[in-house]
Amino acid sequence: MQGRRTARWTTLFLALIALFALDLSLGSVSIPLSEIGRILLTGEGTQKVWEQIVWDFRMTKALTCLLAGGALAVAGLQMQTLFRNALAGPDVLGLSSGASLAVSLIFMSPFAGSGFLSATNPVLVSLAASMGSAGVLIVMLAVATKLHDNVSLLIVGLMVGAAASSVVSVLQYLSRAEEMQIYILWTFGSIGGLNWIEIKILLVILMAGVAIAFAHIKSLNAWLLGDHYAQSVGINTRRSRMLIILSASLLTGGVTAFCGPIAFVGLAVPHLTKLLIKSENHKTLIPAVLMAGGALLLFCDIIARLPGSAYVLPVNALTALIGAPVVIWVIIRNKAMRMP
Amino acid sequence: MNATMRYLTTTDLTIGYRQPTGQNILFERLNLSLSAGQMICFMGPNGAGKSSLLRALAGLQKPLAGTIRIEGGGKTENIPTQVAVVLTDRIYGLNLTVEEIVAFGRYPYLGWNIRLSKEDEEKIQAAIEQIHLQPLLRKKLYQLSDGQLQMTMIARALAQDTPVILLDEPTAHLDLNNRVEIMDLLLKLTRDTGKAVLLATHELDLALQTADLIWLTGKNRNILTGLPEDLVLNGSFDEIFDLKGFDLKTGKVRHHPFRNVAIQLAGAGAEYLWTKNALERNGFGIAHDQQEISVTLTGDPLPLRWVIKRKDGVNEADSIESLLKLLEQTIAARHP
Repeated sequence: MQGRRTARWTTLFLALIALFALDLSLGSVSIPLSEIGRILLTGEGTQKVWEQIVWDFRMTKALTCLLAGGALAVAGLQMQTLFRNALAGPDVLGLSSGASLAVSLIFMSPFAGSGFLSATNPVLVSLAASMGSAGVLIVMLAVATKLHDNVSLLIVGLMVGAAASSVVSVLQYLSRAEEMQIYILWTFGSIGGLNWIEIKILLVILMAGVAIAFAHIKSLNAWLLGDHYAQSVGINTRRSRMLIILSASLLTGGVTAFCGPIAFVGLAVPHLTKLLIKSENHKTLIPAVLMAGGALLLFCDIIARLPGSAYVLPVNALTALIGAPVVIWVIIRNKAMRMP
Repeated sequence: MNATMRYLTTTDLTIGYRQPTGQNILFERLNLSLSAGQMICFMGPNGAGKSSLLRALAGLQKPLAGTIRIEGGGKTENIPTQVAVVLTDRIYGLNLTVEEIVAFGRYPYLGWNIRLSKEDEEKIQAAIEQIHLQPLLRKKLYQLSDGQLQMTMIARALAQDTPVILLDEPTAHLDLNNRVEIMDLLLKLTRDTGKAVLLATHELDLALQTADLIWLTGKNRNILTGLPEDLVLNGSFDEIFDLKGFDLKTGKVRHHPFRNVAIQLAGAGAEYLWTKNALERNGFGIAHDQQEISVTLTGDPLPLRWVIKRKDGVNEADSIESLLKLLEQTIAARHP
């Protein structure tokens, strides 16, 4: 039992390392593996360009995958536990939709379509996305203080998301093709676009989110029993719910702001992880989904570059492709399990 | 342990729900108490608010008015170390193992990183042994039967190591064997450990035989308390449950002797009782004085036989089934 568990953790860890290394080694410029190793270890390569490519392009991208994947997975796990719904994900709170709405307002609203609010300014886009997420977060926290049951909260989250998406659709209808294209490009995600400073900012936000998640392993576990039982074993359910929502929001909002909306990772990774690490204990699950989320997004990034070295497919499109079968599988499995 | 120690006392407790249209009051001005070593069954028709009261007593639902005083549980945060609950709520973590669920009982004593101390491990182990769950430890929640799940939840409550345990219909959906086992276990707990146990239940027969005290939901948002026997004899149960065709005082379903035939029955023991049951169920009256037809149970020498005597002869039956057939024939011959 113990041996098998160790083996599974090792598998997960090795997979993560291997995918990270593979991600670093792939790209439109072929750099020998030995050279990459040298650049990573010593910081110097035989060619200055290679140094730059490895550090400022590939490393940033691989790290972003690691951070974003892990963060979304932890957010998804928290939502699935809190809402006691296998199909909940980080987007159920409407945060991605909030971010999309803010970004679409910048890109597509007639008064902001030109001039200094140009789409080439990624900082502005990140800022807008953060504010969009934060706006929805504030609404959701306010609703959470009013509504004491999780199902209602879930429905409100979905409705806020739907309303935001609807506004985005209207904007798309009203805007010109060029503006729309810029927005659509944003929705495809920009995992490769972060510089080191942005990565550091993202890291701080995500660490705060993950820290809150770790501080709540006890209450997350207790939520599995339902709110009455959780309360009866000494969990302050109201405070716990608030902080779990805050954590998931920081994680989802941060990632969406910097990388664009990434679908399905948060939904699928907790299920995939539970296949490997058979546990419901969040003390085990949180580190596991952190690793698995990073690994999955690295995997998607690698796939995105395989078809031809010249083309890079949008990662966000691929995550859904991998996520959808997982969701289908979860539904079928849960049906089979619930039926006596 | 002080046997008269009051673990939980309510003063003018009023519970219910606040609704947009006003308050929906379930119980009003309750003054109740739970004492050490007491097994109390809480009974009443569906929808009377038993679950709500249990939740209120466990601090999971705010009362509309009045107070609940819990010994050693001054603040709300301390209630989990004083009161454990077994509820009817569905559990989401289907992959949780029995052992993990029992361990939840220790949560009130654990820090954020849920590390179990040696004492915690011992308490969990003791609870598991008390409920005889050892064979199920590694089973996942979705693999358990209703009875096993109920036992697991009770073990979890025991691991919580509280003086008071509140249970909401712990025997619902269980077969007779499991029901008796759970009631026995709870009764034993009160006797061995001095815990106070309050359980809401619909099992009239089991409750009457095990409870030290009955709480019965009254008609005026109140609760009647009393010994089970007193409540039976003063007709409280009949009134509250509006019993139809069930005679609580004899513990039997009332039968109408529609055949208008009385049978003199002689015999003893369980055989006598079940024969009587079969005859009454089939519409015969039972008499102890001289009748046209008499049935005598005899098991000496074995095997057990039913001897039917009429004016015109004697028959013997070797089972209740054949006894009933012979009686049918007798009556048919008499009233052609």
